[in-house]
Amino acid sequence: MAKQFVKGNEAIVKGAILAGCRAYYGYPITPASEIAQAAALYMPLVGGTFLQAESEIAAINMVYGAAGTGIRAMTASSSPGFSLKQEGISYLAGAELPCVVVDITRGGPGLGNIAPEQGDYHQVVKGGGHGNYKNIVVAPNSAQEMCDLTMLAFELADKYRNPTVVLADGFIGQMMEPVDFPEPVTEFAEKTWAVRGVDRDRMNLVSSIELDPDDLERHNQKLQAKYEIIKNNDTRYEEYLLDDAEFVVVGYGIVSRLIYTAVNQLRDEGVKVGMLRPITLMPYPTKRIAELAVRDQVKAFSVIELSNGQMVDDVRLAVNGAKPVEFYGRMGGNVPSIKELVHEIKRMMRVL
Amino acid sequence: MSVKILGKSKGFYDTYERRPGNNHEQTHYCPGCGHGILHKMIADAVVDFNVAENMILISPVGCSVFAYYYFNAGNIQAAHGRAPAVATGVKRALPESIVISYQGDGDLAAIGGNEILHAANRGEAMTVFFVNNAIYGMTGGQMAPTTLIGQKTTTTPYGRTLQNEGYPIKMAEIIASLEAPVYVERVMLADVRSKNAARKAVRKGIKNQIEKKGFSFIEVLSTCPTGWKMTAPQSEEWIKSTLVKNFPLGVYKDIADQVEPLNLDLNLATPERVPKLIGLEQDKMEFDTASMKLATDIDQEIKIAGFGGQGVLSLGVWLSEIGMRQDLEVSWIPSYGPEMRGGTANCHVKLSRAKIGSPLVTYPTVLVAMNRPSLEKFEDDVVEGGAIVWDSALIDVEPQRKDIKNIPVPATQIAKDIGNSRVSNVVLLGVLAGFSDFLDPLVVR
Repeated sequence: MAKQFVKGNEAIVKGAILAGCRAYYGYPITPASEIAQAAALYMPLVGGTFLQAESEIAAINMVYGAAGTGIRAMTASSSPGFSLKQEGISYLAGAELPCVVVDITRGGPGLGNIAPEQGDYHQVVKGGGHGNYKNIVVAPNSAQEMCDLTMLAFELADKYRNPTVVLADGFIGQMMEPVDFPEPVTEFAEKTWAVRGVDRDRMNLVSSIELDPDDLERHNQKLQAKYEIIKNNDTRYEEYLLDDAEFVVVGYGIVSRLIYTAVNQLRDEGVKVGMLRPITLMPYPTKRIAELAVRDQVKAFSVIELSNGQMVDDVRLAVNGAKPVEFYGRMGGNVPSIKELVHEIKRMMRVL
Repeated sequence: MSVKILGKSKGFYDTYERRPGNNHEQTHYCPGCGHGILHKMIADAVVDFNVAENMILISPVGCSVFAYYYFNAGNIQAAHGRAPAVATGVKRALPESIVISYQGDGDLAAIGGNEILHAANRGEAMTVFFVNNAIYGMTGGQMAPTTLIGQKTTTTPYGRTLQNEGYPIKMAEIIASLEAPVYVERVMLADVRSKNAARKAVRKGIKNQIEKKGFSFIEVLSTCPTGWKMTAPQSEEWIKSTLVKNFPLGVYKDIADQVEPLNLDLNLATPERVPKLIGLEQDKMEFDTASMKLATDIDQEIKIAGFGGQGVLSLGVWLSEIGMRQDLEVSWIPSYGPEMRGGTANCHVKLSRAKIGSPLVTYPTVLVAMNRPSLEKFEDDVVEGGAIVWDSALIDVEPQRKDIKNIPVPATQIAKDIGNSRVSNVVLLGVLAGFSDFLDPLVVR
């Protein structure tokens, strides 16, 4: 397969098609529009459906319908558009429909701006819509991962019958990097629950309504049990120079790329620092962070985000008071320079 | 007298096992409610046309949310207002299925106004049943967008007024004004005669879909005795005396006989064919990277800046692609958004033998300045010993720095001399290849 120099947003679409996605419903929004444009370009070439919907709400509900028939379907947007999709995502989660939703985040709240921010962590990772549900969330940090993790997202969505979000920011979406495209997926598990307009699945029902409180509680308990299984089986993270690290820096997405460079510089200065990068944000690598927290050599954690401090809550829960957890964040679409990051990590680690 | 009991259609389950409680024989609808009658008309039609097993019902919200208790068909339950969008996703995936989108007045005409309008305007090959009873039934008799002026509901306790709530909305007329729908009719469920007419409309709407004719919309004026606080006979009488005066019956549009069947065939590619179809076959350009003698072992961090339209971003992409073909790690990131569409543009390119962390270039080793503001803005950032390549045909000042390689290139003039002033970025690429030791001239060519 070809190695191509492509934008992260385009890598998502090519990865999705390789993963067997044949339906894209979306609405344009910066900085995610290239995804819709690439889907408009490539979906018809494989006989798939591309439709620019009348709204984000319509788009996610079209995905709901398509997913209900058992096909692999997706939509993509950026922060304000993701907010609009929340209603539909709650229904998808309730009806246990697999689908992939991409969020190329931008600055908020409100109209905000189109620069990269990570202020969607709460609304994507913690549910966001109404009810006791969670999305599976993967967080790529390169164009290669935009492809690979989109493909993984379709696998996880089908495996667990759960909406899966690819959460990236404006930089990862707009960035071009070489991507080694993998072979297309050829094996798909049969979806016996799907509604396909044929006699054998005439009894199938896709619905999120459970009128009886006991029934609805049982349904919710089933969902929670599913999230627990996902946590045990599919938590993914990357570690960098943690073996002898005294300081653990945690960051995801574009921030992890900055941390990587900062960690290298700090190591050159003799500071024993390493990085933990969550690749799945739901499930979160809670267990791994808890293990690191009780290591004698680990003195403190620092969390870097392009937000007011959202993921830091999950690190604090995992560390559970065992070690100090410090936070540094930028907002509004500002991205710290490496110099700034090195300085802040040192300040947080009190090694200045 | 009307059909009072929901006689079992073959399109229904024999017993309604999905209905909670002990009563699996009758529907949950109130006595005199129109939903059961319309359900039976739909179920009979799909059985008669021999498509019952192909039917997919998009259940709405409101009282008919439980339509799946009854119809022996695939069911997908939709959020408030979204049935036409859900139906679109279903029909596009399964063009051979018979998709029935069924909604009430608040669902379709208020919260789902946008979805129905656009599904109709696209001419989705589906059949829509719009139950208009001028009230919200399940939520407890609140005002609907079709509630009449003066009509009292739980949210218009003094009666709907023009000033506060405006006119009742006429959906059949609105849908008929669009070009794509092939069939739009308003019927009522008020007496034997009107029910016969309604039955005919239901069958026509479904037949149109079987024949792939496009979008059919049937508005059904229906009873809600509970919401209206009337008996069943009073309700039917009120439709005839009052409701129909505001919502005239009739065929608002019917071009089904004049249109050709739609080609809805899916032509899905097998996974094996996908790479070729989306341009992911093995790259034909191969280079013997082992034989390249690249002198550099330092990372190159390049910033290219100029006006939008000068080819700033393209030059960055070319540099990156060349780097990739030399087996270097590369990244490219643009300034993006409104400033790209007419103002200044810049991009950051990194070429490295090692894995690239941050893709951002704060302190470039090479600055390519294609206009004066870019030179002035970024000159100070260039690292000591770095290079500034600038278009001396466009920029009327010189770099002030003495600790960098100063490379003036009259790129725009050279491009003009060649005969195409738009290729100044290509000229600059050539210069970069010429003076640098990180670009292999063979690959650049």
